Amino acid sequence: MTATSDTLFRTLADPTRRSIFEWLVRDGEQTVRALTDRAGVSQPAVSKHLGVLKVAGLVRDRPEGRLVHYSAEPKALAPLIDWMSLYGAFWRDRFDRLETLLNRMEP
Amino acid sequence: MTKVASATRSLVIEREMPHPPEKIWRALTDGALIEQWLLKNDFKPVPGHQFTFRAPPMPKWDGVIDCEVLVVEPNARLSYGWASLGLKTVVAWTLTPTTGGTHVRMEQSGFRSDEDANYKGASYGWQRFIEGLERVVGGLA
Repeated sequence: MTATSDTLFRTLADPTRRSIFEWLVRDGEQTVRALTDRAGVSQPAVSKHLGVLKVAGLVRDRPEGRLVHYSAEPKALAPLIDWMSLYGAFWRDRFDRLETLLNRMEP
Repeated sequence: MTKVASATRSLVIEREMPHPPEKIWRALTDGALIEQWLLKNDFKPVPGHQFTFRAPPMPKWDGVIDCEVLVVEPNARLSYGWASLGLKTVVAWTLTPTTGGTHVRMEQSGFRSDEDANYKGASYGWQRFIEGLERVVGGLA
């Protein structure tokens, strides 16, 4: 478990942050204001969530005048996808060991 | 046969094994035998029993998997909750007798966060996120 995936899992463990991230993935770049209208929580709360998502590499910001636009960086999900494959490899290995054990066991 | 796919939300491994279900059941439910192929544990085949699997600790992970026995149907079905690294899943074993032995199926499903479990009002669960992830991953290629 790397620090990166630890941060990623913690970040995505929050339902509001996951919603914000998926809106950005699905609907493209949006301002904090637009996200606040959808999220049903305060603008400071949304900004805080965006800050956490940014630290995890899941979003990117683009200031334009007084507005800040946010967009998703789905590539940052790679550790989560790797983790799923890791579980696949883990269980395949354990199945092999189970068969080895069964061959050694009394009937 | 292994499907990590359908996609990221549940993991299924199926294998035909030339052994009777009763023997495989022993390997799946006897703590000392489980340790030989899976992990150190204090498992008991009793629904509601809480136990842990212990893997060697790694940086950022103490190696502890918190589990609870959910279903025990001797020689046929066994499942337990499997929570680690902030994600809760269910591991379900199904044994089906065949002419040459047993069809063994393991499904690990329901990847969702601990936080979701405590967040009853969440209309937006980890499960749905994982489903959405399929589309995202599809778009990465």
